[in-house]
Amino acid sequence: MRFYEFEAKTLLGMSGVPVSKGGTALTADDAARIAGEVGGDVVLKSQVLSGGRMKAGGIKFASAAEEARTAAEQILALEIGGQRPRCVLVESKQPVKKEYYAGVIYDALAKLPVAIFSDLGGIDIEQVAETHPGHVARVHFSTFSPFPEFKMKELVASLGISGGELNALTRIMSQLAQAFLRYGLTLAEINPLAQLDDGSIIALDSHLDMEEEARDGQAALLARLGIGREETRLARPPTPFEIRGAEVDASDHRGVAGRVVEFDGTLGCVIGAGGGSLTIFDAIRKFGGDPANYCEIGGNPSVKKAAELTKLILSKPGVGKICVIMNVVSNTRVDIVARGVVKGVIEAGYDPAEKIAIFRIPGSWEDEGFKILEKYGVEYCDRSVPMSEAARRAVEKMRKAKGEPEVVA
Amino acid sequence: MAASGSGMFIRCEVDEPAASDAAIAKQLASVCPVDIYADDSGRVRIVDSNLDECILCGLCLEVGPAGAVRVLKLYDGGRLLERPAAAGA
Ligand code: SF4
Repeated sequence: MRFYEFEAKTLLGMSGVPVSKGGTALTADDAARIAGEVGGDVVLKSQVLSGGRMKAGGIKFASAAEEARTAAEQILALEIGGQRPRCVLVESKQPVKKEYYAGVIYDALAKLPVAIFSDLGGIDIEQVAETHPGHVARVHFSTFSPFPEFKMKELVASLGISGGELNALTRIMSQLAQAFLRYGLTLAEINPLAQLDDGSIIALDSHLDMEEEARDGQAALLARLGIGREETRLARPPTPFEIRGAEVDASDHRGVAGRVVEFDGTLGCVIGAGGGSLTIFDAIRKFGGDPANYCEIGGNPSVKKAAELTKLILSKPGVGKICVIMNVVSNTRVDIVARGVVKGVIEAGYDPAEKIAIFRIPGSWEDEGFKILEKYGVEYCDRSVPMSEAARRAVEKMRKAKGEPEVVA
Repeated sequence: MAASGSGMFIRCEVDEPAASDAAIAKQLASVCPVDIYADDSGRVRIVDSNLDECILCGLCLEVGPAGAVRVLKLYDGGRLLERPAAAGA
């Protein structure tokens, strides 16, 4: 879940990171009033969740209240990336001497958070890493041990920074990393992190993302920021397919079946379990497949729910086959999912043997599940076949069905 | 009249006189975790829309006289679900 810049700055401020003086305006009059209170030159920034604000004209400068009013009027009327601004952030314009980058993300391979620091701020960190790799430093840290402030000092110092600047930047890196841990964030980025003419360091822009699953645990913080449960904060509004998927999931308390994301492909995916969805989705792409959807199924959904999800996926125009692949399951029952998908396929008017490219769910009650699949002539496999191989077989079947040549990966 | 119903995968049957025994109707409605049996004014009624949700727990087979309640796996040639082994057996 992504935060607006003004929310991110509130959260940074709560964590001790210095931010500019200012406030948010819902109207041009508000903006003029805040500019007057801040005094001097101000910057006005459109509060949208998409990037490219500067290029789109969503960031403007003003040196007087009246100018701020006009700028805010223009920003409030401007749609960026299909989004209307939530409000306008009005802040004092800072005299910047140097720009840094400070970030914390989760490194899925190392299974640890990683703090990233660069002395070339203000541009995409990916670009800096590519063009000036010597200007990017990284360090992993534990989520269990007490927070290692010295590691942040080593991180900043590794780029040749010393003295008071080193101390100030170390403090901010530590505050950012601790906010990352405390608030269940998946991304915490300050870019640029600016050194001002007077030597002080301040966060000029920030991007924070919270783990979706952290929302319940962070209910107090979200309430303080005025973010309601209904705010999904997705990069785009949900499609009718995704809305229907959410309805299927909400229709029954048992398990999860229906957290779908729509794609343009032809291979429907009933996938999940223990991180299986992402692995399987990636494997399908790796073998040249074109998934019609992403989804998560697990926690032992009812037959009805699995059937409705299957029907939903098959109702998507262009879907030729579905693959049913999960990690090894213990809580979810193989036979119950098998009943659900077979029932869904039949109720959608298709032959399960033809429509289900492969069924690979090993685990509890798999013998009963396999009996069902045998009866309906569905190709299945057990845990001796890895998820990636099952994905490859599904992609091959789709390819054959479309009359495309076989690809050897 | 006996109570019975078939889904795509599961069939349930309750013979007479068990099906019209109010105590059995109440017990079946209470034991089935997925609400396949309803107590219809003292008679057993099979809830067709829930039949395929049967988790094969066998609890219903313990209600009433032996063999009066049957669960059949239609995907397995109509094989009867067996009564769970007695505790300690
Ligand atoms: S076996 Fe269990 S789930 Fe199935 S009908 Fe009997 S009580 Fe219900």
